[in-house]
Amino acid sequence: MSLDVQSLACARGGVRILAGVSFAVARGEALILRGPNGSGKTTLLRTLAGLTPPLSGKVAAPPEGVAYAGHADGLKAQLSVAENLAFWAGVFGATGISAAVDAFDLAELLDRPAGNLSAGQKRRLSLARLLVTGRPVWCLDEPTVSLDVDNVARFARAVGTHLAAGGAAVIATHIDLGLPGAKSLDITPFTRAHQPRRPHHDDPFLSEGAL
Amino acid sequence: MKGLLLRDLRLAIRAGGGFGLGLAFFLIVTVLMPFGIGPETGIITAVAPGILWVGALLACLLSLDRIFALDWEDGSLELLATSPLPLEALAGVKALAHWLTTGLPLVAAAPVLAVLLNLPVPGFGWLIASLAVGTPALSAIGTFGAALTVGVKRGGLLLSLLVLPLYVPTLLFGAEVARRGAQGLDALTPLALLAGISLLALAAMPFAAAAALRVNLR
Repeated sequence: MSLDVQSLACARGGVRILAGVSFAVARGEALILRGPNGSGKTTLLRTLAGLTPPLSGKVAAPPEGVAYAGHADGLKAQLSVAENLAFWAGVFGATGISAAVDAFDLAELLDRPAGNLSAGQKRRLSLARLLVTGRPVWCLDEPTVSLDVDNVARFARAVGTHLAAGGAAVIATHIDLGLPGAKSLDITPFTRAHQPRRPHHDDPFLSEGAL
Repeated sequence: MKGLLLRDLRLAIRAGGGFGLGLAFFLIVTVLMPFGIGPETGIITAVAPGILWVGALLACLLSLDRIFALDWEDGSLELLATSPLPLEALAGVKALAHWLTTGLPLVAAAPVLAVLLNLPVPGFGWLIASLAVGTPALSAIGTFGAALTVGVKRGGLLLSLLVLPLYVPTLLFGAEVARRGAQGLDALTPLALLAGISLLALAAMPFAAAAALRVNLR
């Protein structure tokens, strides 16, 4: 089992967003997170990535096994495409960047400063970073934003290759990626609107009902 | 870690990186000071150690909010937090990069500017020693302050207010070393105390800064 989530409750900015989330993603599987804006997809992914500690429940993931990609691209405008990618390869102890460059068709852009790229090119560079992390579980937040149809297909192929190599992925997205055999999870039932209201703190002045 | 250090140094010297900002500020303060005080060399000589130290401290303060804020804005801080690099190491490398791009140039420029302020000759060695020993503490304490205020929009004011009181002991002993050195007195005791402050700041800062980052990244 690559990622096992049991009765997870997560919060953003001290407010409980989701509760009772349970799912499992095995090696070679992808899970697509669905839900309207503000339903807590980003909060869930941040909790899976270890950025936000869960309020309760637990996340079982391989140690140092989760690669996270959020809304921000995490690129340095002053560095070239190759320098950006090589930096992340160094941080994650990867050997080279050529596989990532090929997968996202970045070869022609290698010498360009990342600040001069278009939004879609930046996104491709940001997604190429996932390949140099070498981590088995990908947690991706709206990865296809600003990508054109061809590049969405390219991204889907990269995810397919990752799954075929024994990886796993949890992807929050609103579009159909065309991943064969991907499971889908609608998180609406776990959101605040569908939960019984109860005080979050012991102190009645701090509880949600008092505000 | 080496890659991160090299990246930060490279970003600092490229366009818009802010390298030289602190140095230019230090230069401006010390060059303008004699104009403000007047031409009497006795007065300038007496206040030179203090001016040089306050100038160096403010120059350091000027570039603190860049330590984490830029990485926070473009999302790389979150990605670094999920990388194999421990946050303690991240904070340490960030402080080292800040010192190399801000503190070290200040140490190098101080003797040249000390000439402008007519610092007595015996004071030069002590001034350089005090800045070399004291500026790492400024970078370390500043990194902790930057970690506390990361994610606060326009956090520069809050950062200054948080960090300035913590800078006071460093300034006291640093300026004391330079002053006693300039007057030909024994400056070894304040230098030892200054070194103690620096070592304490360097030892405690990575853990404090990492804890602050963990809270702010939630």
